[in-house]
Amino acid sequence: MSIQSEDVLKIAHLARLGIDEDQVASYASDLSKIMGMVEQMNQTDTTGIEPMAHPLDQMQRLRSDRVTEGNERELLQQNSAHVEDGLFLVPRVID
Amino acid sequence: MYNKSLKQLSTSLQNKDISSVELSQYFLDRIKRYDGELNSVITLNEEAALQAAAQADKIIHAGNAGPLTGIPLLHKDIFCTEGLRTSCGSKMLDNFIAPYSATAVNKLTQAGTVMLGKTNMDEFAMGSSNETSFYGAVKNPWDLQTVPGGSSGGSAAAVAARLAPLASGTDTGGSIRQPAAFCGITGIKPTYGSVSRYGMIAFASSLDQAGAMAKSAEDAAYMLQAMSGFDEKDSTSVDRPVADLVSGLGDSIKGLTVGLPKEFFGAELDADMRDKVEAAVDTIKSAGASIKEISLPNINLSVPAYYVVAPAECSANLSRFDGVRFGHRCDSPKDLEDLYKRSRGEGFGDEVKRRIMMGAYVLSAGYYDAYYKKAQQVRRLIKQDFVNAFKEVDIIASATAPSVAFTAGDKTDDPVSMYLSDIFTIGVNLAGLPGMSVPCGYINKMPVGLQLIGNYYDESRLLNVAHQYQQLTDWHTHVPTGFEE
Repeated sequence: MSIQSEDVLKIAHLARLGIDEDQVASYASDLSKIMGMVEQMNQTDTTGIEPMAHPLDQMQRLRSDRVTEGNERELLQQNSAHVEDGLFLVPRVID
Repeated sequence: MYNKSLKQLSTSLQNKDISSVELSQYFLDRIKRYDGELNSVITLNEEAALQAAAQADKIIHAGNAGPLTGIPLLHKDIFCTEGLRTSCGSKMLDNFIAPYSATAVNKLTQAGTVMLGKTNMDEFAMGSSNETSFYGAVKNPWDLQTVPGGSSGGSAAAVAARLAPLASGTDTGGSIRQPAAFCGITGIKPTYGSVSRYGMIAFASSLDQAGAMAKSAEDAAYMLQAMSGFDEKDSTSVDRPVADLVSGLGDSIKGLTVGLPKEFFGAELDADMRDKVEAAVDTIKSAGASIKEISLPNINLSVPAYYVVAPAECSANLSRFDGVRFGHRCDSPKDLEDLYKRSRGEGFGDEVKRRIMMGAYVLSAGYYDAYYKKAQQVRRLIKQDFVNAFKEVDIIASATAPSVAFTAGDKTDDPVSMYLSDIFTIGVNLAGLPGMSVPCGYINKMPVGLQLIGNYYDESRLLNVAHQYQQLTDWHTHVPTGFEE
């Protein structure tokens, strides 16, 4: 599978990832090499094999629906420089 | 002092031959003296460490000390540490002060350890050479021109240079074992789910597992014992009692069967590497074990499957870094999309970007079945190979890495060749098994690692085999030249 520059731009947009324009070609080349390696998987027939999502095939545990954490808004917002009245500030999205 | 075992240090502390404050200051001084050239530590925690050490001394004086009370250690900078910068080796988190501590950190703190600082690592644990860190590459103390391995390269280099007796690490595809091998130390990644992932910054959640890095299997056993245990804050934590990892050290390994996967000893294995691993296996045999050739027929697909599963999970996990709530935020964004794109574009390095894009690609519409589902199916085949092998053998042995530490810069332009340095370790993560690396000799004066893989939840036997090997060899006691004073 060869990944072209347009593919790189598309997936970078999907991932909301800014990339330098002059690096697009080298990302395309790297990702193509990686995909070439990944495609060795196709040597093996996996028809009927159950996909494995968890190494121990465990289900996600459920917990009871009760409050276990207090409100730590101020502590948690200390890591953002753009906070006002307990709210995170972002660029205007509605005019 | 720097080469003493954990037991010896603990005895010295409890006999009041030395205080924890003195011991902590001693290792802080070693860090200051040697780390300028190694770059293994990102953040030093001097003041708080000495306070914690003074607290440990009180516990020792009260006669309530455990084996880890007052013992200094370093934590990989992937573990959240309350009130202390937790960078994950990334510009993205350069300004991040963790509001809480990881469970593994809390458990080790409760056991009385003293955190001296946070170790350097590949950015978001993505790398095999510790060259992707925002804080600069880590050097291998055995040869400063070579890499220490990755991603727990700072922890490995620090323990190798005896800057701390213990360091924590995490292992998603070999990130404890490969740097342990490159730096000539002992490292263990336990069964998936043994150590809580709570507060451990996520890379690939179905593969990430924390573990212990130390000089010897015995030291690692004490550390891992303290870190392990069920945690309801981690939904993948395994709810079972912590096995006793320490009291079985010293048991005879007579009658044990060691499996050698023929796929790991193929023609591509370097002849010198083969010699070292075979000699190590012979030593284990001399202690009464028998050796059996086994086959892991699908193991050659582990790197390809991993480079679908890990990037897919990484792209999901790293979507939380949006420039809004924490982490790097770009200047003067013109709109929300610009905020996301530039904050992420500026905050992440190249390798992280490659993996996020790989993940977004394999998960994107039309490709999911061909890549992600296929990789999960291959993953099951690989796991089944190990399950079948463990019906015949107790332990599996191989080289930890296909080579000794390579020269810095050698593989940075070729991601696939870098990925292949984890060819022997990745299968263990896909299967969720425990694995470790112990030093077993040198090639061209650089340490070689022997990888030992155990069955699920069989860390106690795994550590004992390593311990028995270390009773018969002294590689683990060697200190790199230039760090002996």
